[in-house]
Amino acid sequence: MSRRVVITGVGVLAPGGIGAKNFWSLLSEGRTATRGITFFDPSSFRSQVAAEADFDPELHGLTAQEIRRMDRAAQFGVVAAREALADSGLALAGFDPHRTGVTIGSAVGATTGLDEEYRVVSDDGRLDLVDHTYAPPHLYNYFVPSSFSAEVAWAVGAEGPATVVSTGCTSGLDSVGHAVELIREGSADVMIAGATDAPISPITMACFDAIKATTPRNDYPEHASRPFDGTRNGFVLGEGAAVFVLEELESATRRGAHVYAEIAGYASRCNAFHMTGLRPDGREMAEAIRVALAEARMNPESIDYINAHGSGTKQNDRHETAAFKLSLGDHAHRTPVSSIKSMVGHSLGAIGSIEIAASVLAMENHVVPPTANLHTPDPECDLDYVPVTAREHRTDAVLTVGSGFGGFQSAMVLARPERSAA
Amino acid sequence: MTARAVITGIGVATANGLGVDDFWAATRVGKNAIGPVTRFDASSYPARLAGEITGFEAADHLPSRLLPQTDRMTRLALVAADCAFEDADVRPGDIPEFDMGVVTASTSGGFEFGQNELKKLWSQGSQYVSAYQSFAWFYAVNSGQISIRNGMRGPSGVVVSDHAGGLDAIAQARRQIRKGSKLIFSGGFDASICPWGWVAQIAGGRLSTRTDPERAYLPFDADANGYVPGEGGALLILEDEHTARERGARTLYGEIAGYGATFDPKPGSGREPGLRRAIEVALADAGAAAADVDVVFADGAGTPDLDRAEADAITAVFGPGGVPVTAPKTMIGRLYSGAAPVDVVSAVLAIREGIIPPTTNVECAPAYDIDLVVGQPRPASVRTALVLARGHGGFNSAVVVREVD
Amino acid sequence: MSERTFTIEDLKRILLEGAGAEEGVDLDGDILDTEFEELGYESLALLETGGRIEREYGISLDDDVFTDNRTPRSLVTAINTQLETLVAP
Repeated sequence: MSRRVVITGVGVLAPGGIGAKNFWSLLSEGRTATRGITFFDPSSFRSQVAAEADFDPELHGLTAQEIRRMDRAAQFGVVAAREALADSGLALAGFDPHRTGVTIGSAVGATTGLDEEYRVVSDDGRLDLVDHTYAPPHLYNYFVPSSFSAEVAWAVGAEGPATVVSTGCTSGLDSVGHAVELIREGSADVMIAGATDAPISPITMACFDAIKATTPRNDYPEHASRPFDGTRNGFVLGEGAAVFVLEELESATRRGAHVYAEIAGYASRCNAFHMTGLRPDGREMAEAIRVALAEARMNPESIDYINAHGSGTKQNDRHETAAFKLSLGDHAHRTPVSSIKSMVGHSLGAIGSIEIAASVLAMENHVVPPTANLHTPDPECDLDYVPVTAREHRTDAVLTVGSGFGGFQSAMVLARPERSAA
Repeated sequence: MTARAVITGIGVATANGLGVDDFWAATRVGKNAIGPVTRFDASSYPARLAGEITGFEAADHLPSRLLPQTDRMTRLALVAADCAFEDADVRPGDIPEFDMGVVTASTSGGFEFGQNELKKLWSQGSQYVSAYQSFAWFYAVNSGQISIRNGMRGPSGVVVSDHAGGLDAIAQARRQIRKGSKLIFSGGFDASICPWGWVAQIAGGRLSTRTDPERAYLPFDADANGYVPGEGGALLILEDEHTARERGARTLYGEIAGYGATFDPKPGSGREPGLRRAIEVALADAGAAAADVDVVFADGAGTPDLDRAEADAITAVFGPGGVPVTAPKTMIGRLYSGAAPVDVVSAVLAIREGIIPPTTNVECAPAYDIDLVVGQPRPASVRTALVLARGHGGFNSAVVVREVD
Repeated sequence: MSERTFTIEDLKRILLEGAGAEEGVDLDGDILDTEFEELGYESLALLETGGRIEREYGISLDDDVFTDNRTPRSLVTAINTQLETLVAP
């Protein structure tokens, strides 16, 4: 039978919570990290709120040279990868670099770095023929976001298969799902897998303004992200990273590693419908959930908690609610569902991995993080969304899902190894 | 038993041909398509040559609804996808929607689209940015648009590993076939020949600054001095062999028989780069011995250090002059994510026709112990081909393509 | 400020520039009372169209403008109403 893959190390860098411990404090206390944008003057934008991380790269051990050549998202990825590796104890135990690979997910790569460098070489858009003499050598690393995986591989000493997975807002789930496949098929024994994005820049805010996807609720930034609430009117852009150490179950057990969870099932489907729109019936996400459960050999009833995509747009939260009902039947009504985007915003490709981190920490603590800012019921969103306050709840198996531009729909089932069928 | 993933359809667009027939007619005889950049005035830049696709009018092939929302690389990919379906003689509705998916590679996304929107943002204001900027430039756009146009709802994906990504995408497609999908589109397209993309590529420090199209991109030549970028790529239809045979597929071009990927040691370690390991993993995966390989399609970086590393890896596995090696990308430039899928196309056509397309303009430096096919195409019985690709930073990928009996 | 009006021809031009035309739909036909959706324009195309109208005419459209005005005739009227308020004393 195929090899089983478990998470043995977790690293998180999220707004309001740098490091897994701080991240969990934020979630379990139901605090929100959304605020008025401080990275640039947002006054000309429709949406002026974001979930920004207060991140000092030097404080997190990056050298001046590393800081210069890496986009903010790459820096996040490296810091989270180092935390995960340290958490796993693998560096001390020793690992074979040739059998260790890297997959990093990112929806928009070095978009913030590209935005900044474009301003320089184009003289703020005045030059059509942008000036190469002002371009720094690391511009190529921004051009090709596979540089993120290269940086992580160098940081941890991995020399196995490496790539970046970039499937829009499901990148963080798909990157980890991809890594699981590589271990199962025997291409690697250890994968450093996760996702990073740092999209809070004028170009990203402008493009989401143009499609009115982000919330214009600028007066109450800390309450701006309202997944599943009747008054929701768009998502709040976020940033961050989460990276995991994935290992084959037997070797992890042999070395006495702490096992957070098994990645028991994963699947991705495409809605083939629209680049930004969703069909209300949630059919493709439901299919991804069904396939992920089948791969995990679990039935809907074994899911204790659903970590939702819950972006806080009108159509997403409705679509997703329909998908849960379609795939889990009555059990959808009996299972707590929550969206941490209410607290840490939507960091595009990174959020899928950050939500995996939230899921395994929920399993660690038997506490389900809440959906903050949820006060007004929406008749189309009629599940138990754990409003405002975290809840103690026995959590041995979690379903986490993602949905993104391009039509990608992904689902992952995390479970205690003893809980999912061997 | 594991399903075999076979290539049943090809869509290709490069500087020396749109569509598989034109492409191969030019490639098999070594027709150069590198020339001065015409898309913009490159006279002020240190690099002035490119492998541009000429004569491609997107409006002739695609509905006008798609044009305002697509970058050039997406338009090329959508048209190539149409061609591949036609070549495979399969229509989107023929196969259940959840059994078909799209896995593409990208290097820089829709960079020209992004350039235009960045210009509007900074010269006019944020409200001038297009609604389509939210997806038209991002790396996942080709998989998304192809799946929408063709109603493909199965497992899909997008990988980014610079020039190596095209092989990683094909390998991921093969994984999906092995897990039960019936048909997966795979390959890669890039087209960043625009001032902003040009400056980013120049920043990489590896572009040739020559102006003579025949003396610029010279992998394995003593005069190697960098590479010339091109645009385009290829999309392949991969099918499970049984499905393909059952439906009476017209052509089984070849099997994706083996794959290996590695990452180089950190720069400065002084240790051997990872390409040799990638080749060995791919051969083992294919159950092939080095002696079974009839031709190697080289990455052909065109800079002395990288050419040396590649020649050493090939020699270490195959012995000095042990296998014919070629780099037909000398005709069209390096296509980033599209480079290796185009080489896979050349590989299966080499198998079919019994001819190895040449590396043009190059005289192999005596320092390299490789049997480089230069100048003229070489007739050869090709059953098994190895395709190599490397990406900036240390990505190495290798794919073994084998004739289907 | 000179008075500007927004005509169906302006709308057709902006639709074509920003979103093209659906195959089989003739924008030069009688489209005034055909819903945008039926003409092949979904929400994204309408957002792009709305953005272009806003920039060209220097107005700010309500978020619900396309749900309140589902046909070209209704939209042209709504935009002209807004343009009139710009030149009102």
